This record gives sequence, structure tokens and C-alpha cells, in this order.
Amino acid sequence: MKKIYSRPKSLSKVPFHHCPGCGHSIIHRLIAELLDEMDLQERAICTPPPGCSVFAYNYINIDMVEAPHGRGAAVATGIKRVRPDCLVFSYQGDGDLAAIGTAETLHAANRGEFITAIFVNNAVYAMTGGQMAPTTLLGQKTTTSPYGRNPQKEGYPIRMSELLSTFDGTSYIERVAVNNPKNIKKTKKAIQKAFQHQIDKTGFTLVEILSPCPINWKMDPLQSCKWIDEVMIKEFPLGVKKEVK
Amino acid sequence: MNGTSAIGESAIQAGCRYYFGYPITPQNELPEYMSRRLPKVDGVFLQAESELSAINMVLGASAAGARVMTSSSSPGISLKQEAISYMAAQELPAVIVNIVRGGPGLGHIAFSQADYFQSTRGGGHGDYRTIVLAPCTVQEMADMTFLSFDLADKYRTPVIILGDGMLGQMMEPVVIPTAKNKSPPERDYAVTGAKGREQRVIKSFFVDGKDLEEHNWKLFRKYKKIEQNEVRYETYLLDDAEMAVVAYGTAARIAKGAINRLRKEDENIRIGMIMPKTLWPFPSKVIKETSRYISDFFVFELCTGQMIDDVRLSLEGSGHIHFYGRPGSVVPSPSELARIMARHYYQSQRKKKK
Repeated sequence: MKKIYSRPKSLSKVPFHHCPGCGHSIIHRLIAELLDEMDLQERAICTPPPGCSVFAYNYINIDMVEAPHGRGAAVATGIKRVRPDCLVFSYQGDGDLAAIGTAETLHAANRGEFITAIFVNNAVYAMTGGQMAPTTLLGQKTTTSPYGRNPQKEGYPIRMSELLSTFDGTSYIERVAVNNPKNIKKTKKAIQKAFQHQIDKTGFTLVEILSPCPINWKMDPLQSCKWIDEVMIKEFPLGVKKEVK
Repeated sequence: MNGTSAIGESAIQAGCRYYFGYPITPQNELPEYMSRRLPKVDGVFLQAESELSAINMVLGASAAGARVMTSSSSPGISLKQEAISYMAAQELPAVIVNIVRGGPGLGHIAFSQADYFQSTRGGGHGDYRTIVLAPCTVQEMADMTFLSFDLADKYRTPVIILGDGMLGQMMEPVVIPTAKNKSPPERDYAVTGAKGREQRVIKSFFVDGKDLEEHNWKLFRKYKKIEQNEVRYETYLLDDAEMAVVAYGTAARIAKGAINRLRKEDENIRIGMIMPKTLWPFPSKVIKETSRYISDFFVFELCTGQMIDDVRLSLEGSGHIHFYGRPGSVVPSPSELARIMARHYYQSQRKKKK
């Protein structure tokens, strides 16, 4: 009998701790599959952030350096400059990459650092209990926007992929989602392309992944996946935002 | 050579090939020097978008196994404290140069010693210390920079060189130390890609409080070891002294001038000096021992008095402390300081007679 599916070598044999319906486990697995398929496990270095994905090192079996909140792109820059032959990627949430770490992200992108940002956008600060994030949708209720995000008071959801695609230093930017099998396949393809661009030293690469957070969205996992399709994707359209050929 | 260039060249000789920084007066000559020099030794100079970013690049480069340095001045060092705390926790070596300027706030662009607390008490959040070296000549700036890389690696901890605008821009003859082609030590914890070995994780987050407690005790034991082994100081004319000045850095230079002047003018004046070279660990023992035969300690700082707390703690209630401080990026001349020291000296002598 032919074996068609098994645990990737780069994925440690421990159960994920994430909440039911969370997108992190899927994204972790995709990364691990790619590290195997692209033969990168032995030269990959990741900077996980504070937050739900801080334990990425428990699951993805590669070297890792915890970055302070928001500083993933700067820490990854330091690593990459010392280890140019390694695959260096940051793993960051929306608050991390698009609020507290905006400057680090924009300038790493503008310098065209040969690093990849895996940008998990779930429209809330999840680990801290579901506060409003820079990517929270208009009208979306969170613990710090209890009446719904009001643009007059709280501004608008920020579209990092579109913004970064205007930078000369970036070479591959795509927004994807992990809310159904079709989109998950596309997510894997996008990360693979971003990693390849990094190896080819074409510029800064980023994959923005719309990811469900059922607990903080106060939905069940199925509703969450549906909400991504019906609401989130309208605000954050999927697709390749930039690709340097 | 000026002080900042001496730091830069000495760092390169110590094997530092990475520098990340952000401009701020009065230390710009150092990044400028590194931007010229590092590309010539296959190194990397990178001007970051902020001090925050620069220090996090340092964190990354250190984790990847490199000898790395950043520099800034007071307001910029405040911004770096976040990652300095992380590096202390993650036990990552690095050298951080603070060419101190006046504060608080924007303060003044000239020299000051107002960052003593920030440097010696950890500076950022959490239970940690950094080694703090305080040079007072250009030669010491070179020597201490060289030493700081070894100390950082030996103890796996960030080391701070606490200079000031005066020392940074002062020109003096200097001999730059060299490692004689000795390469920096391999770090068996560095992230290099997990080829043929287990993964390495450099972290500071402990989900179990017991693990954090154990980690903090481990750091504590390391700091105790540093306190035992790395105290550095110099004494000057203490043998016959009736009063001991305690001063470091630029203040120590001025005080030395003042002491020489007084001793020359008046043979009845017998003042000596203790010059801390490490501010943490602080040379408490020598101060306490000195108090057995000298009762009066004159603390001189270019701020309203911060190191004075450590002198007080060292004396444990014995002795009498005098203080003179200048907190405004202005320094008294040796003659001005000499007058003040003489007044305190004679007051203390009168008290003793009574």
C-alpha cells in the first residue's frame, strides 16, 4: 500500500496546544511540510513572536530565536546578516507586524532584506484575550471595541500586503487564507514561493494568511471559516500582490 | 585618536564584525567610523530605522553567533532597554556603548553621568544586571572595549561601556589592543540551522513559573560570580589620605587634577581617590576597607547624585559622605573643584578635632 500522508519530518511529535479551529496548527504544519519538501530543515531559522505562536519551537523542529513583540523583522535581519545561507523567517501576528512592529517591518522590507515574514492575520490580539487589532474590521466587536470598531474613533483596518507591495525592496507578497482545503493548498504554494524567492535573493517576501480565531471571534470553527469568506476577504482581498519575475 | 574611534577600532580587533546603530549626538563618530571600517574587514554596518530596531538586530546577530556591537546616547539607550532585558534573559552576549548626554528628556547634547542608575540597575524590566565598564581615558576606552567582548562571551551577557560626550570626542594617543589573529570563541548555543544536531532555541518565555524561578536563580548565580571575579577599580594617593574622593569617568579625571593641584598648593591637604572602573559590579569592598582608616568620602558626579547610593551601601553606615554634583552638562574646572574639595576637607578636619 502506498503511503500518501504522514507527519512531516520537521514537525515534532507533540500535539498542538492551540484552541479548536485555530489556524496556527495548519500554518505550522504547512511550514513543516515545505521545510521537508524543499530540504530546508537543516538551514532554517525562525523568529517566533510573543503570542499564541510563541511555542512554534515546540512543533517546528528547527533553530529558533524568540523575538520581542513586534521586532521579528529586526531580529531576523540580524540573523540573516550573520547567516546569509540560512532560510530566515519571522512568524508574526497582526498586532505584532502591523502595530507595534510596523517600523521594523516596513524598513526591513524597504531594505529588501532576504527574509520572509509569515504574517498571520486573525483581526484580533488573540493571546491577550481578543482586543482590537490594527486589522480588526469595521464594526467588529472586540474586548476593547465593545461597540464595534468605529472608523471615526479607531481608524480603519490596515492592509499591509498592499502597502508593502509598493516597496522597491519587496519581491513576493501574497495574501492567502486557511479557511478551506482549496485556500490551504494556495497558502502552501504561497509560502513555498516566498521561501524560493528568499533563497534566490530577490528581496523581502511576505505571506499574509487570514486565519480563524473562533474563541476570540466568539464563533464556532465552521462559522469562523465562513466569516473569513463572507466578511474578512472582502476587506482583505486574496491574491498575489507582488511578484518580481 | 578620539575616544569613539578607539572604541570602534578596538571592537574590530576583538573580532566584532557587525554593528547596528541609529544616529544620535554625541556618539555619531562611532557609527561613522564603523561605516567606513567594517566593509573593509568583510563586516556589516547597518543603520537601522530606530534604536529599537538596531538593538534587536544585535539580538539576532548575537543569537546567530557573531560578536556584535551597538552604540547610542542616553535617550537612545532608553529605547534599547527592552531588548537588553531580553538579551540578559536569553543570555546573549553583546557590547552596548552609551556615550552619555544630559537628561532627563532631550536634556543636552554634551556629557553627563546621569545614566548611572539606568546602567547599573539593569535598566529594563526584570531581575537582571549588565556588566558596566567606565573608562576615563581614550586608552581605557580601547582597552575596555576589547575586554568587554571577552566578558560578554565569558558570561553570556550584555556588557555596557559607559562613556560620555567628553571622552568620546577627546583626542589622546592610544595603543589599540589586538587579538593576534585569535578568533572569537564558537558559541555552542548559536542558531546556525540544525544540521546534524538537535534544534537550538533561544528564548526568555517560561510558561511554568517554576521554570522561570529556576532561570532567575541561574542568572542570579551568574551575577554573583561576576561580582566575585570582575570588580575593577584604581586607587590614587590613598596611602596618606584623610579624605577619599570617589569618582569615575570624566569626573575622575577632573578630580585627579583637583587633587594634584591641592596637594601641590598645600601640603596639609591629603586627599586620595578611589576610581571605580566597573560600576556594576561596584567596588564595594575596597570602599568598605578604606573606611577603616579614612572617615571622609567625597563623591563627585556629573549629575545630582546616583553613584552616591552605592558608596553609601558600601560603607554600611560607617564614614561620612560629602557630595558635589554638576547635573547640567557643565563641568567645573579642576581649580573650581579643588576649592570645593578643600572646603569639605577642612570642615571634616575641624570636626575631627572637636
